[in-house]
Amino acid sequence: MLKIKDLYVSVEGMEILKGINLEVKPGEIHAIMGPNGSGKSTLASVLAGKEEYEVTSGEVIYDGENLLDKSPEDRAKDGLFLSFQYPVEIPGVPMVNFLKSSVNEHRKHQGLKELTAGEFLKLMREKMDMVDMHPNLTNRSVNEGFSGGEKKKNEIFQMALLEPKLAILDETDSGLDIDALKTVANGVNALRSPERSAIVVTHYQRLLDYIVPDYVHILYKGKIVKTAGKELALELEEKGYDWIKTEMAG
Amino acid sequence: MSVVTDQVDLSLKYTAHYNEVKNALFEDSAEVLNAQRKKAFQDFVKQGIPTRKDENYKYTNLQPSFATDFEFVHEKTVLATANEEVFKCDVPNLNTNLALIQNGWFRKDGKGDLPAGVIFDSLEKIANEKPELLAAYGSIANTEEDPMVALNTAFAKDGFFLYVPKGVIVESPIQIINILKNDVDTYATQRNYIYVEAGAKAQVLWCDHTLNSNQYLSNSVTEIFVGDNAEMEFYTVQNQHNKATNLNSVFVKQGRDSRATTHTTTLHGGMIRNNLKFMLDGENAEAHMYGMAFMDRKQHVDNFTQVIHAVPHCESNQLYKNVLDEQSSGAFSGRIHVVRDAQKTNAFQRNNNLLLTDEATMQTKPQLIIDADDVKCSHGATIGQIDEEALFYLRARGIDEDKARLMMMNAFTHEVVNEIKIEALRDRIDDLVDKRLSGDLARCHECDYQCECD
Repeated sequence: MLKIKDLYVSVEGMEILKGINLEVKPGEIHAIMGPNGSGKSTLASVLAGKEEYEVTSGEVIYDGENLLDKSPEDRAKDGLFLSFQYPVEIPGVPMVNFLKSSVNEHRKHQGLKELTAGEFLKLMREKMDMVDMHPNLTNRSVNEGFSGGEKKKNEIFQMALLEPKLAILDETDSGLDIDALKTVANGVNALRSPERSAIVVTHYQRLLDYIVPDYVHILYKGKIVKTAGKELALELEEKGYDWIKTEMAG
Repeated sequence: MSVVTDQVDLSLKYTAHYNEVKNALFEDSAEVLNAQRKKAFQDFVKQGIPTRKDENYKYTNLQPSFATDFEFVHEKTVLATANEEVFKCDVPNLNTNLALIQNGWFRKDGKGDLPAGVIFDSLEKIANEKPELLAAYGSIANTEEDPMVALNTAFAKDGFFLYVPKGVIVESPIQIINILKNDVDTYATQRNYIYVEAGAKAQVLWCDHTLNSNQYLSNSVTEIFVGDNAEMEFYTVQNQHNKATNLNSVFVKQGRDSRATTHTTTLHGGMIRNNLKFMLDGENAEAHMYGMAFMDRKQHVDNFTQVIHAVPHCESNQLYKNVLDEQSSGAFSGRIHVVRDAQKTNAFQRNNNLLLTDEATMQTKPQLIIDADDVKCSHGATIGQIDEEALFYLRARGIDEDKARLMMMNAFTHEVVNEIKIEALRDRIDDLVDKRLSGDLARCHECDYQCECD
């Protein structure tokens, strides 16, 4: 599904990713862990198509096509979804308009009929229940006045609406209490299927208790320095990142 | 060293024209209009057509607009425009009392469904037949402070007149479709007068159009008197072509416990100057001034507002937003004057601007003059670009860049659109703004006129 080959990425002349190799097959969940500043969020943003990141070499193949040639909107419509670490507030853009446009753009792309207002509202209510989102929130502008936890839930809510093939969760767990964390995990698990995959970027092992990964990768100084099964997350939780740093230095 | 200048004083053409037609103006007009004429002309001569050296016109150069050889329309001309065509520019689902003004001259067919006692008619007719209703004519449109107001008053003959007697509530909005259409380049004068008596209530919608591609200069003045505990909403939609200059001065005087709102949507036009002056003259009066403009190419819009808090316990609120594309330019000058002892005043002002290109420019100048010590006043101005982070967020959800930009621009002015209290009009403006921003509209899109408005 996704193949990242020897990817180098710079921001404002500073090299952040230094040769990433990663393959995600259908149905797999990959966790990417690592200390602050290791390049986790950069990787997530590059995959979603954020323009200030410059890919200096390497390639990313998604569903057999070169992902890096595509606009962010085309990537999204092809089933790639980024759950933002810091969802932005957009005053004046009503949630409902935004969500309906988003869902219908996806449907058009898939050759499906656009949803009417009534059909959309029905779908929206169904998915809101699933992520336990307060109905009042959809009467607001996008993310406007949402608490930190509500913003994260809103990301998972959008994911549930769009049903992506590949979901990338960029520290969706940070700042969440245990109940919200479970809700987020339930949202992700509900989408699990042999065709769908996810990349879960996180600092902590906690989330991985609920979203059990097939692989855990450690990203450090722009490179994946270790890959193993879910037990690696537990090891990290226990020992912290220092042993990786020591190992790398040695 | 000597400086050679070939600049001609353009005002000479206008003073010469006045001297040529003044006998006819005085003979044809009612005393109530003539009473102001001579002084107004003298005030114009003193001030001349403003240059950029004039502090009040620092950001708006009217000289090129006045350089054209315009024809003046001092007589009522036969209107060649069929009413049904004009109706196409109407707001769907909005039941209005409609009148037409062409090149400054008023026409109304049919009676509409106005409540008893309400007069909605030609200013010229009222000046002749019921001059007592125009007792305050010229009292707030000060000819000493602005040469354009002086020039308007010197030539004023017609426009619309609205009178709403004490306690009467006019349910349907009153709509004036204001068109410029002549065979030659034309200077149009329009003089309007609204008098809403104590406890009365009315909504007025005033739409500007240009119906062919000749050059136009429209100089209008509107005086609005809002009585004690009365309510007045005055909506303006400006939609003229790039060769039109629109000088629009609106003066509002409010009594005790009254509430007045002006709302100006500038969709299109070459050169636009909106003067708006509020006088809060009775305690607990409330004034709301909203405006938004969408400019592109070399268009220019200047909103020049003044609020005078003459008595204590009043509130004023200004919100102006501009979206400027290509090489367009905008200006906002907003003055709040709290006079001595006008305590417990609340006066707020905000001006936000969105520049879509590096070439678009905006000048914004808030000005607070406060001579009382127990007041709440605030002002804020921003000039910025579209938020790239937000744009990316929308695109990352599958929304195309163009559409995402459109959503962001709509979001920016949404706050101003929302202040339109007439629902059908709000929907209409929402739609027009959307079309304007997506490049589908230069004017009323259901209108069949081939305006050649570039």
